Amino acid sequence: MSEKILEVKNLHVSFRTYAGVSHAVRGVDFYLEKGETLAIVGESGCGKTVTSKAIMGLLPESNTIISKEEGAQILFHGENLLDYSEKQMTQIRGSKISMIFQDPMTSLNPTMKIGDQIMESILIHQNVAKSEAEKQALEMLELVKIPNAKERMKQYPFEFSGGMRQRAMIAVALACKPEVLIADEPTTALDVTIQAQIMDLIGELQKELNMAVILVTHDLGVVASVADRIQVMYAGKIVERGTVDEIFYQYSHPYTRALLDSVPKVHTNNKETLYSLKGTPPDLINPPTGCSFAPRCEYGMQICRQSYPDVTRFSASQECSCWLHHPKADTKGLPESMIRRSVD
Amino acid sequence: MAEKEVLIEVKDLKKYFKVGKNATLKAVDGVNFKIYKGETLGLVGESGCGKTTCGKTVMGLYQATGGQVIFDGTDIHSLSKKEKKEFTKRAQIIFQDPYSSLNPRMTVQDIIGEGIDIHHLYKGEERQKKIHELLELVGLNKEHALRFPHEFSGGQRQRIGIARALAIEPEFIVCDEPISALDVSIQAQVVNLLIELQKKKNLTYLFIAHDLSMVKHISDRVGVMYLGNMVEFAESDELYTKPLHPYTKALMSAIPIPDPEEEKRKKRIPIEGEIPSPINPKPGCRFAARCRYATDACRQTTPELVEVTPGHFAACHRVKELNQLGD
Amino acid sequence: MIEKQQNNMTDLSLADDLFERVGTKGLSGEDIGKKSLTYWADVWRRFRSNKLALFGLILLGLVIILLFIGPLLSGKDYQFIDASMKNLLPSSEYWFGTDDMGRDLFTRVCVGGRISIYIGLCCTLVMFVIGALVGAIAGLQGGLVDDILMRICEFIGNLPYLIIVVILSMVMGRSMFSLVFAMSLTAWVGTARMVRGQILQIKEQDYVQAARALGADTGRIIIKHLLPNTMGIIMVDITMSVPGFIFSEAFLSYIGLGVRPPETSWGALASAGQQQLMFYPHQLFFPCLMIILTMLSFHLIGDGLSDALDPKLRQ
Repeated sequence: MSEKILEVKNLHVSFRTYAGVSHAVRGVDFYLEKGETLAIVGESGCGKTVTSKAIMGLLPESNTIISKEEGAQILFHGENLLDYSEKQMTQIRGSKISMIFQDPMTSLNPTMKIGDQIMESILIHQNVAKSEAEKQALEMLELVKIPNAKERMKQYPFEFSGGMRQRAMIAVALACKPEVLIADEPTTALDVTIQAQIMDLIGELQKELNMAVILVTHDLGVVASVADRIQVMYAGKIVERGTVDEIFYQYSHPYTRALLDSVPKVHTNNKETLYSLKGTPPDLINPPTGCSFAPRCEYGMQICRQSYPDVTRFSASQECSCWLHHPKADTKGLPESMIRRSVD
Repeated sequence: MAEKEVLIEVKDLKKYFKVGKNATLKAVDGVNFKIYKGETLGLVGESGCGKTTCGKTVMGLYQATGGQVIFDGTDIHSLSKKEKKEFTKRAQIIFQDPYSSLNPRMTVQDIIGEGIDIHHLYKGEERQKKIHELLELVGLNKEHALRFPHEFSGGQRQRIGIARALAIEPEFIVCDEPISALDVSIQAQVVNLLIELQKKKNLTYLFIAHDLSMVKHISDRVGVMYLGNMVEFAESDELYTKPLHPYTKALMSAIPIPDPEEEKRKKRIPIEGEIPSPINPKPGCRFAARCRYATDACRQTTPELVEVTPGHFAACHRVKELNQLGD
Repeated sequence: MIEKQQNNMTDLSLADDLFERVGTKGLSGEDIGKKSLTYWADVWRRFRSNKLALFGLILLGLVIILLFIGPLLSGKDYQFIDASMKNLLPSSEYWFGTDDMGRDLFTRVCVGGRISIYIGLCCTLVMFVIGALVGAIAGLQGGLVDDILMRICEFIGNLPYLIIVVILSMVMGRSMFSLVFAMSLTAWVGTARMVRGQILQIKEQDYVQAARALGADTGRIIIKHLLPNTMGIIMVDITMSVPGFIFSEAFLSYIGLGVRPPETSWGALASAGQQQLMFYPHQLFFPCLMIILTMLSFHLIGDGLSDALDPKLRQ
C-alpha cells in the first residue's frame, strides 16, 4: 500500500443560515494516496465542494461550523490542517495543496498579467530570485500547452479564450508543483472538445509531477477515463466508494445506479424513458431521519426511514451504506449487480 | 418522409449583430432546415456556434437579418402585432438558466398563469384549476403554487418554466439548452418529462443543447452547427453512427462515455485550438482553421450543405474522399 | 467510515417487518422544507438583523414623533416673541433655551424640522417621478430616444446647481415651491441614469424574454416585470436622497436662499444661531444636532436596505 498523504476523518461542516443550521457535510471519511486520482461524485448541494474547500481552509469563517467535538480531522502528512492558523494555511495553500475552480475568471486576477500571477505564487512560496521565478513561470505555461508562452506571459486574463484561461489557471495552481491538486468541476463550464483537452492535460500533468488529484464533479462520464477510485456523495454523506471498475460495473447503492443509468447510452433506443429519480435532494437544514436517499429510492424499506445504515464492505476497496445489503432485506426486482454480500 | 407535414421551414436564416464600427457578429449565417409536425429536431454545437440565436430567431424573439422562418405557411417575421400575439399562442420557449428565467417577485401561480392572463384563456376558478393541473403535469403539487421561485431547486424551477410554456397549449416549443444547467439525475427527469409531454400533446420541439448524448436521445433528426453554419444534418442514429463531417467526428469522439472499458477502447480524434471569433469571419469553410484535412479550396470557398447519402447532409468539400464514398 | 463497535448491517435482531418494501410511498421528495417568505418579508428579515439599520429606523421614528408632538409638549408658539426672555440658556421652562428674539428654541426646532423634512420628501418625490420616468423610457426604447434623453441628462447634470437656485429664487421669489423646484430640477438626473441602467440589465433577463414570448405587451412587461425588480434599488436611492435634500435645504437657508421668515427650518435656525455662536453656542448646537441625527438615521436605513436587497448576500 502506498503512502496516504491526505486523510479526512469524520468531517462535519455546517453553515448558519437564517432558516437554521444547514448540515452540508455530515461525517465524511476518506484518504488520498500519492499519485492517485480520487473522484468525488454527487449532485450540487451534496457537500462535495464544501469538503474540498474545507481541505483548503477556504470556507467563510463567519458562518461556518466545523465541529471538532466529533473528532473531525484533516490530516496532511499526519498533521491536522484544522489546527493550523490562517498563516500556516497560507504556507500550504498553493504550494502543497492547490485548487482549480469551475470558473477561471473568478480565480484569476483580471488586472494582473498572467505571467505575474504565476510568478506571484512561486515568489510567495519559494525562496528564489525574480528571474528564476520568471523562468519557472514560462516553463509552467509551456507545460500546460499554451502556444506562444512568451508573449502570453505579458497578457491579461481577458485576452485569453475560455479554454486558455482554464489552462492558465491550472498553470497558476501548479506553479509550485503541489502534492495534491483539488479540481472542482474543472470542465463543467467548457465545451466538450475543450473539456477533453483539459482532462487530458490534467492527466498528463499528474503523471509528470506525480501529484494526487481529487476530482470533484457531478458527471460520471468525465471520471470514467481518469479516476482510480470514486466516492459517491449524497446529502453530505459518502454513500458508496470503490475503484472505477467497481463503481461502474458492480455498483451497489441505488443512488450510484441512478447516476449511471440516467445518462443515455449509445445503445439506448431513441426516446426510451431514461431511468430517473423522482424529486430533489433533501433540505439539509432538517435532513430526513434514516437514510436521506429514502424519499427518492424506489427500493426503500421501512427501516430506511428510521435509521441510517452502517457500512457494508464488499472488497478491500468497495463499501456502501445501504439497507439493501442487510441479510433480511427485500431484494426482489433489484438489478443483479446490486445483490451483494458483505465480506466481513 | 414525404407524407409528413412541415410545421416550420427555415430558409437561409441570417442573424447578425453589430458589435462595433466595422465589426459584425455573424451569429447565424444562412441556415436552412425544416421541422415536421410532431418531431424533435436537435441542434448541437459548442458555445458561440449560434444555436441559441438560431432558436430565438425562429421564435421571433430576435428580428432576422435575412431569410425567412415560415411557420405553418406564413413568415413569422412579417406578422402584424395582432398576428404575432396569435403566433405566441402556438409557439413557446423554455430557457437554459432556471435561475434567470423566472421573475423572482412573482409567485409560481402567477408565473405559470402569465400566458393564461395575456391571452385571456381562463379566469378565476378555472384559471386556478388549470394552474394546479399544470403543476401536477410537471410533477409538482398545488402546495407549490403560492411559493416564490427562489425556494425551488434548479430542476424544480426548470419544470415550472415548462409548465409556463405549456399553459397556453402551444404546438411548438423551442427548448433552449433546458438541461445544461441541471444535475445529471435531474436531467433525466426533465428529458423524460419532455418526451412524455410530446407523446401526450403531440408537440413539436426544436431541442438545442451541447450535450450530444441527450440530443441524440430526444431528437429524431439532428443538425450540427459550427460558427453560424450548419455543417451536418441527418437522422439522429445515422449521425451518431456514421458522422461524415470532420467536425462532427471530433465532437462525437470527445463525448465522455460513462464506461471505463469503452473509454479506454475509444480513440479520440483530437481537435486543435478553440472556436474562432464569429466577428467578421474569414471566407471559406468556417472549420478550416482547425481542420486537419483543410486544403486551399476549403479556405477560399464556403462549402454548401449537400445531401451526401439519402437524408444525410454535410457541408464539406472533401466529404466524399474522406469517407471513401464514391461519386 | 470508521469501523463502529456494532455494525447495524449485521444486526439480525431487527424485526422482519422493518424490511418491508415501501418504495417512496407517502414521501414526495419534492418537499420544500423552508417556510415560505415573500421577497419583501425576506428583505425585512435581513434588514431587521442589521442592528445599525434598525437603530436608524428607530432614531428616525423618534425624531419624527418629536417634531409632531414637540410643540404640544412645550405648549409654546414658535412665533411668539417675548422680548424679556432673549437668549436664555436651556432650562426646565425652555428646554433648548430661547433665541435672540426670545422665541422658544425647542418649539422652533420642531416646527422647522417639519419643514425641512417636508422639503426633503417633496424633492425626493419629484426626483423619483421624473427620474424613473425618463430612465424607464430611455432604457426601454433605446436607440435614438435613449441617446437624446441621456444627452439632456448630461446637460442638466452639468449645470452649476447653486447658480440655478440663485437665479430661480430671484425670478420666482423665495418660496417653498421655488426651493423644491430648484433643488429637484437637477437632482433627477442621477435617478434617471440609475433606473435606465437597471432596466437595460433586467430587459435582457430570460424572464422578460419569456414574457415577450408569451405575447406580453410593453405595458405589461413594465408593470409586472421591470418595475417590481427595480423597486429595491429605487428605494435605496430614495432613502439616500432624502438626507441630501434636507442638507441642501439647510445649506440654502443658511446662506439666506431658503425659507423666508416667519417660516423657519433647521437651516434657517442654524443660520440665526451662527450669529450668536460666540455667546450662545446652544442656538447653533440644537438645530445642527437634529440635522445630524436625521441624516444619520436616513443613511443607516439606506445602508441597511442596500445590504438587505443585495442578492449576493442572500442565504
